[in-house]
Amino acid sequence: MLEIKNLHAGIDGNEILKGINLTIRKGEIHAIMGPNGSGKSTLAKVLSGHPSYEVTAGEVLYEGKNLLEMSPDERARSGVFMAFQYPIEVPGVSNAQFLRLAYNEKRKHLGEEELDPLEFKDLLKERAKVVEMDASFMTRSVNEGFSGGEKKRNEILQMAVLEPKLAILDETDSGLDIDALRIVAGGVNQLHNENNAVILVTHYQRLLDYIVPQFVHVLANGRIAKEGGKELALELEEKGYDWLKTATPETSVEARAN
Amino acid sequence: MVTEITERENLYLEAFRGFQSEASGVSWLVRLRENAMTAFQELGFPATKDEEWKYTNVAAISKGKFQPHALVAGELRSREVAAFTVPEAVDSQLVFVDGVLRTDLSSLTALSNQVVALELSEAIATERYSEIVRTHLGRGADYVAHGFTALNTAFISSGAFIYLPADISLAAPIHLLFLATGQQRANFPRVLVVAETNSSATVVESYAATGAGPYFTNAVVEIVLGEGARLEHYKVQRESAAAFHVATTVAELGANSSYDSTNITFGAQLSRNDIQVIMDHEGAECWVDGLYLVTANQHTDTHSVIDHRQPHCTSHQLYKGILDGKSRAVFNGKVFVRHDAQKTDAMQTNKNLLLSNEARVDTKPQLEILADDVKCAHGAAVGQLDPEELFYLEARGLHPELARNLLTYGFAEEVIVKIKLDSIRSQLDEAVLHRLNARLEA
Repeated sequence: MLEIKNLHAGIDGNEILKGINLTIRKGEIHAIMGPNGSGKSTLAKVLSGHPSYEVTAGEVLYEGKNLLEMSPDERARSGVFMAFQYPIEVPGVSNAQFLRLAYNEKRKHLGEEELDPLEFKDLLKERAKVVEMDASFMTRSVNEGFSGGEKKRNEILQMAVLEPKLAILDETDSGLDIDALRIVAGGVNQLHNENNAVILVTHYQRLLDYIVPQFVHVLANGRIAKEGGKELALELEEKGYDWLKTATPETSVEARAN
Repeated sequence: MVTEITERENLYLEAFRGFQSEASGVSWLVRLRENAMTAFQELGFPATKDEEWKYTNVAAISKGKFQPHALVAGELRSREVAAFTVPEAVDSQLVFVDGVLRTDLSSLTALSNQVVALELSEAIATERYSEIVRTHLGRGADYVAHGFTALNTAFISSGAFIYLPADISLAAPIHLLFLATGQQRANFPRVLVVAETNSSATVVESYAATGAGPYFTNAVVEIVLGEGARLEHYKVQRESAAAFHVATTVAELGANSSYDSTNITFGAQLSRNDIQVIMDHEGAECWVDGLYLVTANQHTDTHSVIDHRQPHCTSHQLYKGILDGKSRAVFNGKVFVRHDAQKTDAMQTNKNLLLSNEARVDTKPQLEILADDVKCAHGAAVGQLDPEELFYLEARGLHPELARNLLTYGFAEEVIVKIKLDSIRSQLDEAVLHRLNARLEA
C-alpha cells in the first residue's frame, strides 16, 4: 500500500528526515516512535502533504502511484487520512456540514452519488457510535469550544466517516485522559480491518496498550534507528530513548521482525 | 475645480427651491430645511483634505448629476417588492421607493394600535406626534457640521417615524425597506425612532435596488431611547453595484437602555457609514457590530463614534471586513470616555480578511480616555487566511477553493451568528456563501 524509499525532507532549509525507508501493507498497524525532534511528526506531515515541508530526495508510492505529486486534497480523496495533533477550529461550519462536504468530495472522486443531508444524517449517526459522540456535537461548529479530548475524538469520527485506506494518527494520544484514550483507541480498533492500514505516531508506549501494532519503528535524528515488533515499545518504555543514540541504525525494511 | 463643485451644489439649491415651494410643511420644518440648505451651501461635499474623509473621495457623488425628486416616489409594482421583504415583517413594513413612502406597498397590520409607524410628514401633521418629532428631528444628526446630513435635512419630506410608547414590547420586527429604481436620482431616506421608557422593538433597515443604473442614497437615521428601552437595529445594505450610499446613524441612549446594532454592507460602488452612539445616561449598553464584504472596485468606509459621557455604560464593537478584488475599506472607530464616565466598559475590535493582493484596508481604532476607573480594550487586525487552517480542510479532501471559501464564511459568521431574526440571518448566510461561490447544506 505504501512504500517510502530513502525519503529526505525538511522545513525552511533544515533537513529533518534523512533517508526513511518503510513499507506498509494492507491490514497492518505500524507505530512510529521516537524522541522529540526525531522527525516522526514531520513524516506524518510529509505523507499528508503539508505545504511547509519540502521533500529533497526519495520517493513515496501509495498504491503504486507517486504520492508526493498529489495535492493534499487529492491524497485525502484517494484514501490517505491524517488525524491532526492540533485539530483546527472552523467557526460557522457545523460538524455535520463539514463532514458531509468531505464525505461527498470523496464520493464524487470515486464516481459515486452524493448523499443528501438526510441520508448523510443516518450515516453520521451510525459512525458517531464508534467514538461515543452524541448528536449535540454534530450541530456545533467544527472543533470550536471542544476540549482537547473532544477534538481528538472528532478526528477519529472524521476517520470513521471518510473510511481511509491509510490512516496516520499524529500524536493522537497526547493530552488525552485515560477515558478519552480508551474511546479514541477503541474507535481506531473498530475501524481497522484487513483492507486498511494504520500508522500511529506517538512518543509514548501507553497508546500501544490499546492499539496493538505489529511493527514498531523508532526514529532518531531523521532515520529509523531500530525496528521490531510490539515488544520493542515495551523495551523503550523501560530504557527510554537515550540508548538509541549509540545503537547502530537499521535502515533496511527487510530487517524488521515479522 | 472649486467653481465646478459649487455649480453642482447650485444644482441642489435649484432643486431645493422648487421642492420647498411644493412641499407642504409646518413653519418649523420649512425653517429647518432652509437652515440645512444654507449649511450645505457653506459646507459643500466633504473633500479628502478633511481628516474624516481622508481615504474616501466623494467627487463622483458631487459631480454625478443625481436629481432630487423628494416628493415623487419611483415606479415599482408590488411583485417586484416581494423579493426584498422579510417574512417575519410582511405586515410590519414600510416600503420606500427612491426615498419616498409607498403606502400601497406597505403594511402595518401586525403592529398594535399603540405602536406608531408613520410617514414623517404625516406624523408632523398629526397633533399627537408633531411635538415629539419637532423635539428630536435634526437634533441628533448635526446638519451644521456635516454636508451630507445637511443635504438630507434640506430635503426632508417623506421618511419614517417610529414611536414606541412606554412599556410596549413589539413582537414583530419593523422593516423599513428602501428600494431604488436606479434612475440617476438622489434619494434622501430619513428615519426617526423614538422609544419611550421600557419599550422594546426590532427595526430592520434595508437598502436594495431593482434597477442597475446609478443613483445616490443619502440616508439619516436618528434614534432616541428612553430609560430602559431596548432596540435591536439591523441595517442591511445591498445597493446595486452602480450606487453611491452615504448614511448617518445617531443613537442617543437613555439610562439603562440597550441598543444592539448590526450593520451589514454588501453593495454600492462607494459607501460610507457614519455611526454615532451617545451614552449620556448611566447604565446604558450598546453593541455596534458590522460586516463589510466587498469586491471588484468597491469602496466602503465606516466611521463610528461611541461616546461614553456618563458612568457605568458598556459598549461592545466588533467590525469585520472581507475584501476581494481591488476593493478598499476604511474603518475609523473612536471610543470616547469622558471625564465623568467612570466604570466604563468599552471593547472595540476591527478584523479584516484580505482575499486578494490588490485589496486594501485602512483601519484606525481610537480610544480617548479621560476617566481613570475604566475597562477599555481595542484592536485591529488585517490578515489573510491561515495556511494551517487551509491545510486542515484540504487534508479532509476539500478542494483548495472550497477550503478558502469555508474559512472566509467562518470569518463572517462571527457577526452573522448574533442576528436573532431567522430570515435575515439565513439570507445573509446565503448572500455570503453566494458571494464566495460556496455551498453548504446540512
